[in-house]
Amino acid sequence: MKKRILWLILLAAGVAGVWAVLATSTTLAAGRAQKATPSDDEVNAIARQLYCPVCENIPLDVCPTQACAQWRALIREKLAAGWTEQQIKDYFVEQYGVRVLNEPPHQGWNWLIYVLPAFFLIGGAILLFRLFRSWKPPVPDAQSQETLQSEPPTGADEYLKRFEEEADKRK
Amino acid sequence: MIAQFGYGVLVLAFLMALFAAGASVYGYFYGSQPWVESGRRAMLLTFPLITVSALTIIYLLVNNHFEVDFVYSVTSREMPLYLKVTALWGGQAGSLLFWGWLMSAFATAVALRKWDRDREFLPWVVFTCCVTLAFFIGLVVFYENPFARYWATLSGEVTKAMWQPAGSALFTPPDGQGLNPLLRHLGMIIHPPMLYLGFVSFTIPYAFAIAALVTGRTDDRWIRITRRWTLVAWLFLSLGLVLGSRWAYDVLGWGGFWGWDPVEIAAFMPFLTGTAFLHSVMIQEKRGLFKHWNMLLIILTYALVIFGTFLTRSGVLSSVHAFAQSAIGPSFFIFIGVTFVSSAALLIYRWGSLQSETTMTSWLSREGLFLLNNLLFISILVVCFLGVIAPLISELFTGQKITVGPPWYNRTTGPLFAGLLLLMGVAPLSAWGIASYKTLGGAIWKPSIAAAVLVVLTAIYGYTSPLAILGFFLIYLVACVTLFEFWRAARARGRSTGEGFFQALWRLLGRNRRRYGGYVIHLGVVCMALGIIGISMFQLQTQKSLAVGESLELAGYTVRYDSLAQFPYEDGRSVNRVVLSIFKDGRFVRELYPRFDVYPSGEPSTIPGLYSTLAGDLYVVLVNWEGVSTASAPLKVYYNPLVSWLWLGAFVFIFGTLIAAWPDPEPEYESARVRARQARSQPSAAD
Repeated sequence: MKKRILWLILLAAGVAGVWAVLATSTTLAAGRAQKATPSDDEVNAIARQLYCPVCENIPLDVCPTQACAQWRALIREKLAAGWTEQQIKDYFVEQYGVRVLNEPPHQGWNWLIYVLPAFFLIGGAILLFRLFRSWKPPVPDAQSQETLQSEPPTGADEYLKRFEEEADKRK
Repeated sequence: MIAQFGYGVLVLAFLMALFAAGASVYGYFYGSQPWVESGRRAMLLTFPLITVSALTIIYLLVNNHFEVDFVYSVTSREMPLYLKVTALWGGQAGSLLFWGWLMSAFATAVALRKWDRDREFLPWVVFTCCVTLAFFIGLVVFYENPFARYWATLSGEVTKAMWQPAGSALFTPPDGQGLNPLLRHLGMIIHPPMLYLGFVSFTIPYAFAIAALVTGRTDDRWIRITRRWTLVAWLFLSLGLVLGSRWAYDVLGWGGFWGWDPVEIAAFMPFLTGTAFLHSVMIQEKRGLFKHWNMLLIILTYALVIFGTFLTRSGVLSSVHAFAQSAIGPSFFIFIGVTFVSSAALLIYRWGSLQSETTMTSWLSREGLFLLNNLLFISILVVCFLGVIAPLISELFTGQKITVGPPWYNRTTGPLFAGLLLLMGVAPLSAWGIASYKTLGGAIWKPSIAAAVLVVLTAIYGYTSPLAILGFFLIYLVACVTLFEFWRAARARGRSTGEGFFQALWRLLGRNRRRYGGYVIHLGVVCMALGIIGISMFQLQTQKSLAVGESLELAGYTVRYDSLAQFPYEDGRSVNRVVLSIFKDGRFVRELYPRFDVYPSGEPSTIPGLYSTLAGDLYVVLVNWEGVSTASAPLKVYYNPLVSWLWLGAFVFIFGTLIAAWPDPEPEYESARVRARQARSQPSAAD
């Protein structure tokens, strides 16, 4: 029984670890060679990861305003000048604040946003598990079942046999 | 005159709701049945009063009374009649009135049910419904008045007020602003009513829960009464969300259906707790467990319903500082605070009476899996809540605005949704009380093999990313397990009753509507999951400006720019309509006509050209801000694999809910039918 719990904890830790790693991974910056005129797709690939600095929750690649059109043109210019994706994103952050990024930067209090969900899930699971342990029927239940049984289970009585096995494990 | 009449009737309704709340509670505490009955009747009376008020606004909307501020802001002369009527929920004030109208409609429906067996619940159900109603009507009466009109002073200043200010006269603008063109879409006409129906109808189970807590009747009576209400509420809320998604897909022109926008999440959160509640109550009915959970879940659902309305309507999302400028924000905040704290206090007061009747013995038993279900739903809720308030908290405490966008949400909720899918596949095979890895393993290995085979077939079509493979495996697992359950049960029934397979299947649906309706809903959910994985993980897009005759390629399709038409339309908008020819592998498929319209008010609207197949959608929009001409039409093309399964799944969903919610025939009638059928099939035994 203890061994199973240890395996479960290990599994849970493994899942949480993988989840935490995925949750904190950043997108790989793609270096771009100097181009004559960057295509719309190349501009959008970066614009898609940014949010309009003035509109409410609208990604930069779909924002219909004049201002956003100018910002996309700015991205195109910088790409043509050889800037990398990360450099362009940093430039926007410098100019307009971290709200232009589609995720909070991994600094300071913002770490909470990345870490709290895992904490809550694991904390909740641990809490429930401990509550469950305190609910389990006391051993006398299984024992009284045994004493009430006047004859050993027949071969055909699969379910009862399995129940006995489980009850034995929990003694 | 008419506006004053409408407003007066609304004030009456407000007072009536307050009276109903007070009278029923007074009747409860002083043991006076007549007072409780008076309260119930007062609640009944609010419905015709609010209806008259709403009809008054509709009259003003339809008849171009632009001196009324609300009419000016949401209608204009050129709008067709049906749009003028539905403009009732096209603006803040009318929307809140509409919420109130729906609440009074549902309160009326509840008031008209047979109360003989549940007399003790009545006062508190009336109280809860009327307090909610009074709040929303109060907001309209005091803060967001749709009947306020324009007054011009001699100096030319125009103000908005209900009653005539001194030294001014009524001012009537020649025409209205018109409804935002983005809202002139069938989906957007039905979406608010559906969503509000979902919100409002969840108030009823909540009212019964409060009644149960106050009266101490915390057995499952309140759950049995509200079983169908909850199912219907949940259906409306789900439909509201799906319609909103379809609207976003059709009209917003960014090729997707869900952007994890805070307003979307605001409606999604009560859906999460509502779904958890829907499942969890089954455990209380069958095993007397999870009583605390069920109370907590319905209290949370109600709080989230009001919170969702608050988030969408108070302006708090644009800025924490903007929300205090209108009185709506603080009012909502206080109302949610008061109701949540009182409900929680009641729950704590009655904590002892909610003891479980049996104990849970295994995590793999049906109860255990449902408990994990609750945990997962609450976790997703916490994630959504965190994502929505993080920007607000950040702005409040650090002054720095942050954006929490789709990448974070997808990464954080993805594993949780996968867990839910896994539970959907495993739970139907679980048993009450007893369970072990062996019993579940024995039941699940066959569907797992079938699912694995299907995943391999899917991978052949190019869906090879590891996360997608996992997602597909879970989807197919749920589908196989669910279909297997149908097949197995129908076969067993067929064997014992001698019916044919399909007849047995039909009878089965009739005998246990909740379970099999629920399974059909699960099938609908996995269809939707299929669509979501397709579009989220495998969407392709490209953007290019084409001259007439030129073409671009995406996902095996060729899109060729044929011609452009630019013309004014009868309602005053100027239309830019592009004709495109679509080819697949060289063969002509069809034409598409994406459009860009500019309304007289200057507001634009993009209509995509959409070619839908089960395998995927080809979605083309004009990105007009760069100007459309024959020399250059800037086109954005998306290929959205499998997204049609999302909408198809919604239909399966509705069908499943109808099965689950269909009223059962009366028990005496049912047993008589059974006896008659048995007599017919075994004539000798009847002797």
